[in-house]
Amino acid sequence: MSKYNHVGATLAIAKASLRSILRSPSSVVFTLAFPLIFILVFGFIGGGGVKVDVGVAPGTDTANPIYKALEQTSIIKLHKGLDTPSLNQNLSKGSLDAVLQIRSNNYVKTGDGKMRLTSGNAPYTVNVNYTTSSAKGEIFKSIITNIKNEVNIKFMQQVLAGRSGGDADAAARAAAGFQMAEVRESTMTGRAYKTIDFILPGQLGFSLLSTGVFGTAFVFLSLRITLVIKRFFATPVKRASIVLGEALARICFSLIGALFIILIGHFAFGFTLVHGAVTVINMLILSVIGLIVFMGFGFTVSGIAKNESSVPPIANIITLPQFLLSGTFFSIDNFPAWLQPLSRILPLTYLNDAMRKVAFEGAGLGDVTHQLLVLLIWGVVIYTVAVKTFKWE
Amino acid sequence: MEKQPIISVKNLVKNYGDFQAVRDISFEVYEGEIFGLLGPNGAGKTTTLEIIETLRDKTSGEIIVDGFSVDTDAESIKQRIGVQLQAAGYYPNLNLSELIELFSGLYGISKKPLEMLEMVALTDKAKAKYKQLSGGQKQRFSIATTLINNPRIIFLDEPTTGLDPQARRNLWDLIIKIRDSGTTVVITTHYMDEAEVLCDRVAFVDGGKIVGIDTPDNFVDKLVASGFERKKEVKAATLEDVFIDLTGKEWRG
Repeated sequence: MSKYNHVGATLAIAKASLRSILRSPSSVVFTLAFPLIFILVFGFIGGGGVKVDVGVAPGTDTANPIYKALEQTSIIKLHKGLDTPSLNQNLSKGSLDAVLQIRSNNYVKTGDGKMRLTSGNAPYTVNVNYTTSSAKGEIFKSIITNIKNEVNIKFMQQVLAGRSGGDADAAARAAAGFQMAEVRESTMTGRAYKTIDFILPGQLGFSLLSTGVFGTAFVFLSLRITLVIKRFFATPVKRASIVLGEALARICFSLIGALFIILIGHFAFGFTLVHGAVTVINMLILSVIGLIVFMGFGFTVSGIAKNESSVPPIANIITLPQFLLSGTFFSIDNFPAWLQPLSRILPLTYLNDAMRKVAFEGAGLGDVTHQLLVLLIWGVVIYTVAVKTFKWE
Repeated sequence: MEKQPIISVKNLVKNYGDFQAVRDISFEVYEGEIFGLLGPNGAGKTTTLEIIETLRDKTSGEIIVDGFSVDTDAESIKQRIGVQLQAAGYYPNLNLSELIELFSGLYGISKKPLEMLEMVALTDKAKAKYKQLSGGQKQRFSIATTLINNPRIIFLDEPTTGLDPQARRNLWDLIIKIRDSGTTVVITTHYMDEAEVLCDRVAFVDGGKIVGIDTPDNFVDKLVASGFERKKEVKAATLEDVFIDLTGKEWRG
């Protein structure tokens, strides 16, 4: 009799398992549809990243270049039609980040034939009220400053065209000064951090968590209860082949899912991949590491659960806190101080963290060793527990 | 028939804590026969079977299957036997062809799924899921999975429980065909008419012990010779014969 082929048996299980996963609606929903829906929602709602809500005071002149430039700035949302009391109320609550008023100053021809402004020093006066309730006023401040500079440069250039001599030199020097200001401004906008850059790694992490925990727990519990594993044991297959085959299938499925999510995020919503394909490969490697740790939870749950209906409650105890507290949707820096230590225990926090560093900051795997170390510790702990709780029959 | 033992069980004991499920059982199964393990529920039939199949550890005793000891050569035994478990399911979401493919991989051999399904008349169900099959089809499919590795012996644990009379007869034909092709069959059943039709020899198990082992004919003859009489007048046919007569022998689904 020929030597029994353990690799062949492992691959046969992996193939069967992958087929089964692809036909199982719940795994496809959790791994692909669920994260994609969140990415779509955040991709469309928060496409431009941070939104600054600015109230427009009554009587504001809207036919000037400053207002038009503000309208074209995607991260600013102008709220028109509010009266002064409600503007003030919203500003004090922080639901508006700033209130804007633009007054047009009229030119009149004076006696010596020159044009003079009736009031102020510029054709337009921009009054902005900020609020201590919102930190986003700072963003608006820098935007409005930039717009003002740009408008002034255009104005200067127009003025320049009609002048000569010393006046022209002075105006040119002034214009050059504005140009320098513009350079400084461009370094500021270069750090734009899009919502998708935050949301996508979180969703990817959550997708891996659900595939790892729910998928693994359900499959091993149901294979145990329906005696599929017992029937397997009547063949020469080794236990390691069963575990490896199942793990392999889940890793393949998750890699396909992760690649899908990353590519849709990148091409449809401009998800930042600093080093292109290298970044993608790093993210996929992180996905595999994360999935292996999460599968440890899955093995443990399948051992603890008595039947299929007790899997979701136990699995949810593991996944929900991580879903909410691991920076899937919000940066954990925004959480209250007492909650942050809890967040900093959870493995998904470190996977999300590593993913974001790799994707957005262009870090290599060598730069996220701290996160990988924490994941490794979790892996050792959870597999120790899994070995003790896992049941074959 | 030349009586060549292919399975020999000597002084098998299995304890679950204080409970003695199997108490010192010894018997032999001869090559090429259909051997029946009969007895009430909880008698220890399935436990005995699973120990021979290397699925369960024994407390003590010696078991040799086709020349290999369960203690030292479990893997060689697994390669030589086919096992059908009572109430076992199959990998979810796969169709019959894919399940055969999976088992071929598990046994490390390549078999054409359609050929295996043809042996049990399920080629038209190749793309169906196991869950969608009727009771008889499920059992036939289970038997097909036991034949993938060209086993020397197959073990069938209550294969006809819950089947209608047609499906039962159909399965008998299949089992006899397998025996005739040279495979030894070990079967458990609660149906004595079935054991009488199918089994070359039977062992009665009760309370973890073998209380009798012989051919069905000899058992009946001995009982009659001891002066046994049926309470009811013996008729030339049974109600099951009526069932088959009225509903036809061809089988459905």
